[in-house]
Amino acid sequence: MPSNLPAGHSRRTITMTVNDEQHTVYVEPRRTLLDALREDLGLTGAKKVCDLGQCGACTVIKGNRAIYSCLTLAVECAGQSIQTIEGLAQADPAPGSQLRLHAIQQAFIECDAYQCGYCTPGQIMAIKALLEHNPNPTLDEVKMGVSGNLCRCGAYPNIFRAALRAAELLRTAG
Amino acid sequence: MMKPFDHVDANSAARAAALLGEGNQAAPSRPEDRPVRLIAGGTDLLTVMKDDIVSPQTLVNIKTVPDLDRIQFDVATGLHLGPLVSLTDLEHDTLINDRYTALAQAAHLSASPQLRNMATIGGNLLQQSRCWYYRGPFHCWLKGGDECYAREGENKYHAILDQGQCITVNPSDPAQALIAFDATLHILGPSAQRDLKVEQFFINPTPQRRALNQLDDDELITAITLPTPPPDTHSVYLKMMDRQTWGFALVSVAARITWDGDRIARADIIMGGVAPTPYRATIAEQEITGRSRSDLHSGLADRAAHKAMRDAHPLEHNAYKAPLGAALIKRALLAL
Ligand SMILES: Cc1cc2nc3c(=O)[nH]c(=O)nc-3n(C[C@H](O)[C@H](O)[C@H](O)COP(=O)(O)OP(=O)(O)OC[C@H]3O[C@@H](n4cnc5c(N)ncnc54)[C@H](O)[C@@H]3O)c2cc1C
Ligand code: SF4
Ligand code: FES
Ligand code: FES
Repeated sequence: MPSNLPAGHSRRTITMTVNDEQHTVYVEPRRTLLDALREDLGLTGAKKVCDLGQCGACTVIKGNRAIYSCLTLAVECAGQSIQTIEGLAQADPAPGSQLRLHAIQQAFIECDAYQCGYCTPGQIMAIKALLEHNPNPTLDEVKMGVSGNLCRCGAYPNIFRAALRAAELLRTAG
Repeated sequence: MMKPFDHVDANSAARAAALLGEGNQAAPSRPEDRPVRLIAGGTDLLTVMKDDIVSPQTLVNIKTVPDLDRIQFDVATGLHLGPLVSLTDLEHDTLINDRYTALAQAAHLSASPQLRNMATIGGNLLQQSRCWYYRGPFHCWLKGGDECYAREGENKYHAILDQGQCITVNPSDPAQALIAFDATLHILGPSAQRDLKVEQFFINPTPQRRALNQLDDDELITAITLPTPPPDTHSVYLKMMDRQTWGFALVSVAARITWDGDRIARADIIMGGVAPTPYRATIAEQEITGRSRSDLHSGLADRAAHKAMRDAHPLEHNAYKAPLGAALIKRALLAL
């Protein structure tokens, strides 16, 4: 190795915003965002299935776009904002109340949009990114929006319905 | 798990070229052995690193170089794409949809929404082969071995034209559209800059250069430029996949016609999925150039499409590609 290349096999400290909170992790350059979320931050909602960009189970939102966290290096997320499934449910302001599910989560329950549930966090994050760019999608646009998320159980028809229902809930919620 | 590596953020294209130049000085005999590699979207690179096909010691991140993600257009100079323009941006850009339709369509038909958000156009042109022997634990010819396992093996996705010692196909969709629009790559090395047409950039691997393109160990793509198409130019990108989305092309066609009134003044028909490089269907182009729209619609498109495939040499599992290619050419021409 030429000596004037900066050495950096070693771990480094990076800070990123995950679900609106600052988190600092100490990672090797080869650590993927997916592993950093799951192993370092204990956020196991994003799933590791193929680890090669072929299934969508690891989908999170970076900035305002859905991405695969298995093909993203954690060190390249320094200073970035990441949203995962864990950040969707919000605290209810009423004292003693439980978390309030996000409209997309509610719609998934209402429409029975999963069987094993393994693909669900990825589907929901893909739909969240879709609805942020397009609050009133057609069925075809929904299909395109989740076309990067495989469902081995074949729950697709209900996933599409849930996405359309979530769009409706979010629009009426203003 | 990937092997450990260093990670460096480059702040300029010149710095990135310098780091490549220093790190790859020893000029490895196989491109796979380059110790220093650029990382853009990472969507191809990390997959080949996870599969231990390449194991660089250093990654130079170019996403920290300012302005490489710009799309600019000027009628006099044409379209300028920074290498970091994402496939999502290509897919949605209004001007590209309007003037370079096949390019927007090719981007739209590539990979999946998440991958298009991450994938850059520069990295897209430099993808490694998707041949399953190449991606698997086989020391095949392209990787420096003696034998092409696909020739007598599982070759459903392989080339039917221009077969050399390696019969893989180039996985890029946008490549075909860029060639149809006569695009040029601007390439920077540590001490020199050169321009190369995208059409010349892709090569059929040779024993001396077992690679799908002409990029040297110490070079990076700094821009892609496309001339302004003449008025009355129309284009389309059609792609067949195993499923409707998120698949590499079985066969694809970028077709572009510039009309002079009712006559075809210029035709470009570039196919993907049929050869180790994007394949120009010269025979079909010649067949239709100078002819009229009504000729095209009364049998000419069909004849040209079939002639284009007459040199095909299907292998055991990919005979379907020749009729598919002919059908796509015909359909593309009739859409213009
Ligand atoms: C499941 C899956 C399906 C896919 N389907 C399709 C498809 O249907 N059609 C299609 O076209 N593609 C498809 N792709 C490929 C995808 O489009 C490419 O991986 C992507 O475009 C590569 O861009 P990147 O920015 O991520 O490149 P990276 O992975 O960052 O880099 C790829 C290579 O290019 C080099 N590089 C990057 N930028 C430059 C530069 N400016 N100068 C010099 N070298 C550079 C890197 O060093 C590396 O060797 C698919 C990928 C996956 C994982
Ligand atoms: S087609 Fe090319 S990449 Fe595939 S096995 Fe043959 S030599 Fe290797
Ligand atoms: S785990 Fe990332 S796409 Fe499958
Ligand atoms: S619900 Fe089982 S994979 Fe989608």
